[in-house]
Amino acid sequence: MNAETSIKSGADWRDQIFDVLQAHDIKQVYHVPDAGHSRLIEQCQRSNSIRTVPLTTEEEGLALAAGAWLGGQRSVLLMQSSGVGNTINLMGLTKTLRFPFLTLITMRGDYGEFNSWQYPMGQGTPKVLEAMGVLLYSVDKADEVKATVDAAARAAFNGGQAVAVLLRQKLIGIKDFGKK
Amino acid sequence: MSKATLQPTLQRRPLVKKILEGADDNLLVIAGLGSSNWDVTEAGDRALNMPLWGAMGAPVGMGLGLALAQPGKRVLVITGDGDMLMSLGSLATVATQRPENLAIVVLDNEKFGETGNQATHTSPRNNGPTESGAGADLSLIAKGCGIADVGIVREAGEVAQLVKDARTRKGPVFRVVKVMVEKLEFVMPPQDGAHLKDRFRQALLGHP
Repeated sequence: MNAETSIKSGADWRDQIFDVLQAHDIKQVYHVPDAGHSRLIEQCQRSNSIRTVPLTTEEEGLALAAGAWLGGQRSVLLMQSSGVGNTINLMGLTKTLRFPFLTLITMRGDYGEFNSWQYPMGQGTPKVLEAMGVLLYSVDKADEVKATVDAAARAAFNGGQAVAVLLRQKLIGIKDFGKK
Repeated sequence: MSKATLQPTLQRRPLVKKILEGADDNLLVIAGLGSSNWDVTEAGDRALNMPLWGAMGAPVGMGLGLALAQPGKRVLVITGDGDMLMSLGSLATVATQRPENLAIVVLDNEKFGETGNQATHTSPRNNGPTESGAGADLSLIAKGCGIADVGIVREAGEVAQLVKDARTRKGPVFRVVKVMVEKLEFVMPPQDGAHLKDRFRQALLGHP
């Protein structure tokens, strides 16, 4: 919380992600509740130009993204690394249909994680995404978030690729349950 | 009710043909993998069909993303009970968005047709060692997920209303149709997913 309050709201990297999504004409945003993405999700929910869809499991996001693209709209899937495993089979849709796909992933089990249950999927996330042919962009500095998400969106929607941005735990902050 | 009265009598192919009769540019169809794909294709391969050869569990989500992107068009998802069982949560996701232009028709033969007709969870309980399911009622599940307009179709006399509901009724509409187990010819659309996607977008948007 200290880092967040010390940065002016307009300069916050989460606000910058929202600006980038708007600049790339993203119309549908899919998410499973996630602390790391919560501020961005709330901004999307308040937006008039973006439809925000809560999912019951992350794999639904791939199906929705394919449907949105069939209908001419761009989308983004917001998830945590622990949800990446749920998407892997349907991640193949991005190859079989060859449609642009963008996902922003907040990492757990990555840097100073306290919860041992987060490590297997957190450590496996880059490998399984690579195995499915997803391009990986990784960012761990706040001042590089905007440019990285922008580049990822260009690779996806101009370059026709499936792209994942890994928002590293070093960037998001180590979760400290119960401490203020 | 005796078990005999519950034996399905509806045949999926003529049924799907009726549902899709007179399909125009206003109707966008997602067909689930396997039998539903072949049924929709037999009714007529068209650019505004997206017939799936894989992606089990995806049709409802795909239909939702499409319905939200194209609120002026009718989106119809036609799939099977096995496929629907794989993504029950997506019905709750549909209910959060309440797309008025989305209808979902599940052709329920209580079998996993493509893998040798093993019983699905919609098969009755106590149906013998290899044919028993859970008696799962997909229409109740959809209702429980928050989709208000649900129903089960069993009789030929109900088909005309089913067609109207699938094509024009304010959505989201969810219908289960109990259909016979049949061995039918495979009627296959093009398989290349990128081609299917490009022709769909070309027909809908005027560019791939």
